[in-house]
Amino acid sequence: MKHRLVAVAVLAIGASAAHAQEVVRIGATAPLTGTQAHLGKDIENGVRLAVEEYNARGVTLGGRKVKFEVMAEDDQADPKTATTVAQRFVDSNVKGVVGHLNSGASIPASRIYNEAGVPQVSPASTNPKLTQQGFKATFRTIANDVQQGLAIGKYAATVLGSKVAVIDDRTAYGQGLADEVVKAVKASGGAVVSREFTSDKATDFAAILTKLKAARPDVIVYSGMDAQAGPMLKQIKQLGISAKFITGDGGCTGEIIKLAGDAITSSAYCTQPGLPLEKMPGGKNFNERFKKRFNADVQIYAPYAYDAASAIIEAMKAANSAEPAKYAPQIAKVSFPGVIGTVAFDARGDIKDGAVTVYQFKAGKWEPVQ
Amino acid sequence: MNELANAIPWLGKRNPAAARWVVIALALAAPLIAMLFGKSWVRILDFALLYVMLAIGLNLVVGFAGLLDLGYIAFYAVGAYTFAFLASPHFDLHLPFWLVLPLGAVFAALAGIILGLPTLRLRGDYLAIVTLGFGEIVRIFMNNLNHPVNITNGPQGINMIDPLVLFGWDISRPLKIGEEISVNSLFLYYYFFLACVVGSIIFVQRLQVSRVGRAWAAIRDDELAAKAIGINTRNMKLLAFALGATFGGVAGGLFAAFQGFVSPESFSLMESIAVLTMVVFGGMGNLAGVVVGALVLTALPEILSTWPYRCSRPCSDRCCWIRKCCGCCSCHWR
Amino acid sequence: METLLQQTVNGLVVGSVYALVALGYTMVYGILGLINFAHGDILMVGALVALEAIRLLQIYAPDLGLIPTLLAGLSVSVVVCMLLGFTIERTAYRRLRNAPRLAPLITAIGVSFLLQTIAMIIWGRNYHTFPQLVSTAPMEPLAGVFITPVQVTILVVSAVLMVALMLLVHKTRLGRAMRATAENHKVASLMGVDTNKIIAATFIIGSALAAVAGVMFSSNYGIAHYAMGFMPGLKAFTAAVLGGIGNLGGAVLGGLVLGLVESIGAGYIEDMSFGFLNSSYQDIFAFLILGIVLIFRPTGLLGERVADRA
Repeated sequence: MKHRLVAVAVLAIGASAAHAQEVVRIGATAPLTGTQAHLGKDIENGVRLAVEEYNARGVTLGGRKVKFEVMAEDDQADPKTATTVAQRFVDSNVKGVVGHLNSGASIPASRIYNEAGVPQVSPASTNPKLTQQGFKATFRTIANDVQQGLAIGKYAATVLGSKVAVIDDRTAYGQGLADEVVKAVKASGGAVVSREFTSDKATDFAAILTKLKAARPDVIVYSGMDAQAGPMLKQIKQLGISAKFITGDGGCTGEIIKLAGDAITSSAYCTQPGLPLEKMPGGKNFNERFKKRFNADVQIYAPYAYDAASAIIEAMKAANSAEPAKYAPQIAKVSFPGVIGTVAFDARGDIKDGAVTVYQFKAGKWEPVQ
Repeated sequence: MNELANAIPWLGKRNPAAARWVVIALALAAPLIAMLFGKSWVRILDFALLYVMLAIGLNLVVGFAGLLDLGYIAFYAVGAYTFAFLASPHFDLHLPFWLVLPLGAVFAALAGIILGLPTLRLRGDYLAIVTLGFGEIVRIFMNNLNHPVNITNGPQGINMIDPLVLFGWDISRPLKIGEEISVNSLFLYYYFFLACVVGSIIFVQRLQVSRVGRAWAAIRDDELAAKAIGINTRNMKLLAFALGATFGGVAGGLFAAFQGFVSPESFSLMESIAVLTMVVFGGMGNLAGVVVGALVLTALPEILSTWPYRCSRPCSDRCCWIRKCCGCCSCHWR
Repeated sequence: METLLQQTVNGLVVGSVYALVALGYTMVYGILGLINFAHGDILMVGALVALEAIRLLQIYAPDLGLIPTLLAGLSVSVVVCMLLGFTIERTAYRRLRNAPRLAPLITAIGVSFLLQTIAMIIWGRNYHTFPQLVSTAPMEPLAGVFITPVQVTILVVSAVLMVALMLLVHKTRLGRAMRATAENHKVASLMGVDTNKIIAATFIIGSALAAVAGVMFSSNYGIAHYAMGFMPGLKAFTAAVLGGIGNLGGAVLGGLVLGLVESIGAGYIEDMSFGFLNSSYQDIFAFLILGIVLIFRPTGLLGERVADRA
């Protein structure tokens, strides 16, 4: 608590000193409460770190020294709240937005950013639709579900076994990813022997797992979140199913390890868009800076949020202006070495060469494979 | 018009005429006042008006006819999806809204009759639980009807829904008057929604004092006695369901056009219960009450989440609810 | 065949939890004619309180064996839930006993959300890992059917509790008073039954059963969560209606049937509907059964009471 107070005091002093310069606000939004709060906080902190570092180095736009400021908002992972948050950003004259986490929030919000001409760079929304709407200033720094689904499907079908069972949780994320997995499995010569469905509130998977067991899959793909994947691993063990298990980034967390208890073994895999932190070009250094600043570990998205904020600021520097209308076209052209690698966008606004890494559960944690 | 005056408790009794004018002035000026605090408040007002329509509709069923409906949001969903099907790139149909909105209302009314017919024999709590099931079934179907034939696009929802276009005038774009003045589309939506709400209120108010309204009141108070004095209780209850659903359908269509995106998660049981809370909070059967209830319960959580000051440092949930003492984050009533 | 047997076992395990919770619904409904929406949330409170108690015990009394720890946690949660049930009846429902029918029902929904919100404030929104004190590792498969010790425990405990409750209601003085109150409050009180006490006792017993169900539910799935009670609550209510609400035997039968329908339905719906429907419709079964039973046979499978109690 003491630390917090000190931090508040420091921020307050910083804020009062800032009036001398021109202030440029950058929005950071993600679910900051609720089950994904730790991931949302990760995004917020990533943006903060980027902004603080640019401020320390000093940025001059159009001949005037500017100070960047973060405006953080909680979108609660809810589409309607996300649109309200988006409107609030536009009202507050935010020059660029890093967010949202959930595709379900990003997509409706992107409409509002687009209308107001405010560039949006999502560090975490992986639904392909986000950048397919034809909006000129909607970008993301993370590989999308097409890329991730391809990686999961290919890895499952070629490395883990040819008979694949796919389960999804009927959310926009789960279903979208699962459909890509199915395509990729077929394309890599595997067979989808069973396609099952559950919900993001379910706890009992015995019925679908029993049905799936009869199809004797070599590998089970679960496309959904960790809160379901954990208990599911338990029930897979309880039903004596020996298939391998692989899940996407929604299950690639520490939470699943806790929830699955002793039911998670080295036959469990997961994927995460991007490279593992230690393999990112700037990863090790970033991790140290992040830890020193926030006294917290990088969850997943901080590097992407950091690079998203950097992309916005780099584009402002290139345009020599913080006005969205002037610098937005520059984001499409940026190419700089970020934490995650070279940050550059394709024609749609997706990150170029988005990598996906496969992890395996080993000795109590997720270890990158290869 | 008395309903208007009733919305202001003290003044309404002493000087109804003044109260009426105050309400009218407030309704017209509300978005301008909200604008002082930022456009996001105008957006919240727009949503609040949609909830007012929902609450008016649910009030017909719960307040007037005494039938507790816990699946009301299903009709909202029917209206929203009808709009999304007929005016979006999903099926590549772009029918004009004056055709789509009534169609949504008709489909919602049909859904109301479909739900009403078999459940009419049930009373009180049994009806509540069957309607709850109905609401969930509708949501589950919307969430899953993308396989084997893609109808609803499943959990992905339908995006890029056409905005409202009134006789060639797209109200999702700012209205330019001359060179200087431009009226934001949020205001245009507000006044359009306000017109719909006023229409609904007048309609419902006339209905309440009509033969039908009196019949509903009789059924609510004592169904057997109502039957005995010659009221066709079956038809009257069906009518309540269908009319209530119509309001839900229209509000749903407006929601789809306003938001531009619909997905099944917007139509969860929680939403049904939120609307019911508005009706109960405002006073079941009291028209002015439910309008105020809906406005207060939509705006209050937003106000609480920003008041007394906006804070950029969020905190854990646990702390959220007692944040007044730890001075952190924004958290919302859900 | 193996698959069908396994699905049957799955269904029985889920069904017996439903049945335990359904008993609480049916008892309250039988006596008050009130759907106690908050009953499912008492299950949730039971699980979370037990979780907290077990955590504390594991810190302060690590030498206590697994089973004693579980039993201690269970007793704490049963006591807390009994108090909770009593308080809810006393503060929320008692004064509404003669109110119009919609009032107590809406209040019950309110109590349900209140409990969820309080639990969310105390325990946060995250899923918690429930300590697995009874093994969840599968035993030697029998005819290809896998079952775990915790599932066997669930089946046994449910059966014992159900029999005990039947004996209580049909063989004891308290039970006779309960049945009398259910039949007619006023007459029962004229006969010297303290109906207030009896109604409170009903809530207390029902809550205790919900607490046990909660602990078993969480032990089986290894998780506990502030919103975990809602779905089982709704399903259990369906089970109670299916069996004939107000009828104890019916609640048990309804629970088991519902568990079986869900499990076998999810397993075979795809083949039965020629691929049009699939396991994503699993949650629909409960609602469909509910609707169909209420519309066509409001008395349920074993019901003798008339549903029409407006």
